[in-house]
Amino acid sequence: MKTSLDNSVVTRRNSVLRVINSIKTSDIVRTSKRIKHSYRQIRTEKIFRRTLIFMGVAMVLLVLGIMLTLIVESVPSIKSLGIGYLWGKVWDPVRDIYGAYPFLLGTLLTSFLALAISVPFSFAVAIVLGEYYPKGWLSNLLKNTVELIAAVPSVIYGFWGLAVLVPIVRSFETKVGVQPVGIGIFSASLILSVMIIPYAASLGRAMIQMVPSQLKEAASALGATRWEVIRSVILPYTKSGLFAGILLSLGRALGETMAVTMVIGNTSLIPKNIFSPGNTMASVIANEFTEADHPVYLSALIELGLVLFLVTVVINMIGKRIIKRYTTV
Amino acid sequence: MKVFKGLAVAGLAIAISSSMALVSCNGSSSTSTTDSTSATTNSDDNTILGAGSSFDNPLFSKMFSEYNKTNGLKVNYQSIGSGGGILQLTNKTVDFGASDAPLNGKQDSALSAPVVHIPVTAGAVVIGYNLPEMKDTLMLTPSVLADIFLGKITKWNDAKIAAINKGVKLPATGIIIAHRSDGSGTTNIFTTYLSKVSEEWSTKVGKGSSINWPVGLGGKGNEGVAGSIKQTPGTIGYIELAYAMQNNMAFAKVQNKSGKFITPSIASVTAAADIQIPADGKVSLTNTDAADGYPISGFSWVLIYKEQKYNNRSMDRASKMVKLIWWATHEGQQYSSALNYAPLSPAAVSVGEAILKSATYDGKPILQ
Amino acid sequence: MNAHIKYRIGKSRGFQALTIVLACACVVPLIAILAYIFKEGITKINWHFFTNVPKPVGEPGGGIANALLGSVIVISVASLIAIPVGILCGIYLSENKTTKLAYWCGLCVDVLQGVPSIVIGIIAYFWLVKPFGSFSALSGSIALSIMMLPIVIRSTEETLKLLPDSLKEAAFALGMPFHRVILKVIVPCGISGILSGVMLSVARIAGETAPLLFTAFGNPYLSVSITKPMQTLPLLIFNYATSPYNDWHDLAWGASLVLLAWVLLLNIITKITTRKWKVQL
Repeated sequence: MKTSLDNSVVTRRNSVLRVINSIKTSDIVRTSKRIKHSYRQIRTEKIFRRTLIFMGVAMVLLVLGIMLTLIVESVPSIKSLGIGYLWGKVWDPVRDIYGAYPFLLGTLLTSFLALAISVPFSFAVAIVLGEYYPKGWLSNLLKNTVELIAAVPSVIYGFWGLAVLVPIVRSFETKVGVQPVGIGIFSASLILSVMIIPYAASLGRAMIQMVPSQLKEAASALGATRWEVIRSVILPYTKSGLFAGILLSLGRALGETMAVTMVIGNTSLIPKNIFSPGNTMASVIANEFTEADHPVYLSALIELGLVLFLVTVVINMIGKRIIKRYTTV
Repeated sequence: MKVFKGLAVAGLAIAISSSMALVSCNGSSSTSTTDSTSATTNSDDNTILGAGSSFDNPLFSKMFSEYNKTNGLKVNYQSIGSGGGILQLTNKTVDFGASDAPLNGKQDSALSAPVVHIPVTAGAVVIGYNLPEMKDTLMLTPSVLADIFLGKITKWNDAKIAAINKGVKLPATGIIIAHRSDGSGTTNIFTTYLSKVSEEWSTKVGKGSSINWPVGLGGKGNEGVAGSIKQTPGTIGYIELAYAMQNNMAFAKVQNKSGKFITPSIASVTAAADIQIPADGKVSLTNTDAADGYPISGFSWVLIYKEQKYNNRSMDRASKMVKLIWWATHEGQQYSSALNYAPLSPAAVSVGEAILKSATYDGKPILQ
Repeated sequence: MNAHIKYRIGKSRGFQALTIVLACACVVPLIAILAYIFKEGITKINWHFFTNVPKPVGEPGGGIANALLGSVIVISVASLIAIPVGILCGIYLSENKTTKLAYWCGLCVDVLQGVPSIVIGIIAYFWLVKPFGSFSALSGSIALSIMMLPIVIRSTEETLKLLPDSLKEAAFALGMPFHRVILKVIVPCGISGILSGVMLSVARIAGETAPLLFTAFGNPYLSVSITKPMQTLPLLIFNYATSPYNDWHDLAWGASLVLLAWVLLLNIITKITTRKWKVQL
């Protein structure tokens, strides 16, 4: 169909040209070639567009697949344990009693403790780099160094924590007067707090730099000191951005596995205080996933993974939404 | 101009960075394709994958490295814990599993085909502790041991401990318990023992490869527990004899059924294993009747499917694996003592032989 | 009055000093880690260390050749999967900002970025290890590529959004078809931004252990077959760091230094070459 159309166009044009009688055959060939070429191009373009759409669909399917797999695999445990699983206080694989409460508590304790430790530091970095010294090689160095903190593999944090941090925590615990164990929720939080500094810091820096200079100048002109500018102009203006940074840090802390597994003590008991050993959702999966030897046990672990997935996803989504609203307005 | 400069720099960056990843990938993937085409048949069947007991890991790493030198067979053994070994065997992702505990009913019912147990070595679970100031060896009776792990005795200078260790200066510090966080045959041996000797333990806690501990810190694998003990003064925990010896760790003498305080050693484990072994190889050595036997000891088994034809496995692969296990229970035993494992008694070896001979491929016995 | 102003200025100065001290304190743990790993690792590294496989306990020596090769292969295969898919998906997102699919796709990328690495490990186990009946380097690579995707997609999308529309319009005006505009004009212009994302994602997955625990599994021998279990650096560090043997600890320290050097190098190269691209990852 297409080729005949081609030919008719070419022949009509040919006849016109013949009247003028000043054309070479090579030109005609070139013209027809060009038309064929553009058809090919249109076809490729279509394929290309389809590939792009396919990739988009694939991404959605991937995430749906992950979610579905987690749900399907945790059905046995949902069926046999019910919703009470989430606040069951005992995790006893021998008697087939599974309660996620110790791990939920452990996860929340480590994450929020880590957050509490890291927030002053990451905000300090954000303020120094965003407000006091936005330029200069020293602040550049500081910025890059802080970003490198995020690059160190978590297994190395764990190894270092085990070798260096744990003995320090142990001697600290001896002074405080609790049982000097060293490994436990406190050590895990310390390691985590170092790991999550860059997330809130780099986002906070970007947000602080986006504060319109007129606002700051106006405040300064009214006689506000630097601190007053920060407190009453910059912080209120960047409030939700800083909050988003905290959420992203929290998401990272909740899902962190290896560093935590190596220093938290891995016990299924409910932690008594912040120095006692515990377990997080991620670390219990890492410890027991290859060991789970019957269906309910395995699926209880996967349900833990599902809970972890949902919690981190929700936290990340809220964080991202805030950032998006912030940057587009 | 600026854009071009940027591009050039970026290009350089790709060149450098991907020379680490992408370029070397090209190199390696091309070698891998040639390798897999030329050697699909023998490379595929020249590696055997095993997983399980971390107790066996040092011995297996030595044995398999020696076997590789003589026979060229590459055995990839990953110490993921006995429970893991059983699960992976159930899922048929490994060729053999290794466990310090025989399969229990629940695990047995999850299997799609019968699995046989071949004893490969025997070991002891020792009570390691970290008391830097104490010079003498700690002595423990079964009831005190159970009370410690039940959390009823919390101080090292408790009267009950002092009564057994007369004349020894015990520190006034608290007792920290270290236990396995993962499913493990070591835990099974230890808790089976405690259940046998303590009524309270068997009703309150029970036995199994991963249990709900009344107190203590968890460590992943023998390594993890040994690490906790080494790092934290005042800790007590149960680990395999070999791990304790390798680390020059102090471990306690435990009173056995006939009232003697026994130091765990190769000799006392071999003594404990000197009992009647049933034809299926599954027997617990804990709380042995033998007068000089260490009470907390047990066999470690290699687990394989009785019928080796599954998942398109070749006859060649099956027979290589069976030969490997045969070698491990015979010539391989010479490496045991140096690594603090108890060599198999002749009775155990002959039971193992009979079981190995019962393994089949497509219904026919693999070993003649 | 004067005293009050002095107090306010003093307070301001005090706050400034406090933030600077806190900010600099952040660097301390990083330097402590780097210094400690360097101190422990450097003495273990020699030529032998790179060319040998680990020895059984009790035999001195041994190296990390298997883990090094394994890491390179696993990461390369992961990159081969994730980079084309990620870039194409990033292009889709930057070209179609308003469609419903783009909205859901963007949402899914956000979700994927937040998925804990251990969950991805579980997924890879159920999708690739259990059905095929064997642990394999390939399943590890796919798990890692899922981790890479969001970073590659986001960096591509953000970079392409930064490019001026006039560039694209000029190309269309010349009669270029869509795919040529994208592949010959837009992508080359944003290539360094895209590359920075790719390299950051490689650096990110190079140190990942959790997804590999149930997939690549580990292997004491040199192996190049991606359908077989394979050792990687993070796995080796995790296994040997938690062991009680000093020989194995030494290997783990050396391997940590190698891994750290590799990851930091990738990061620093990215930073230097792509300084002008302000891509928010």
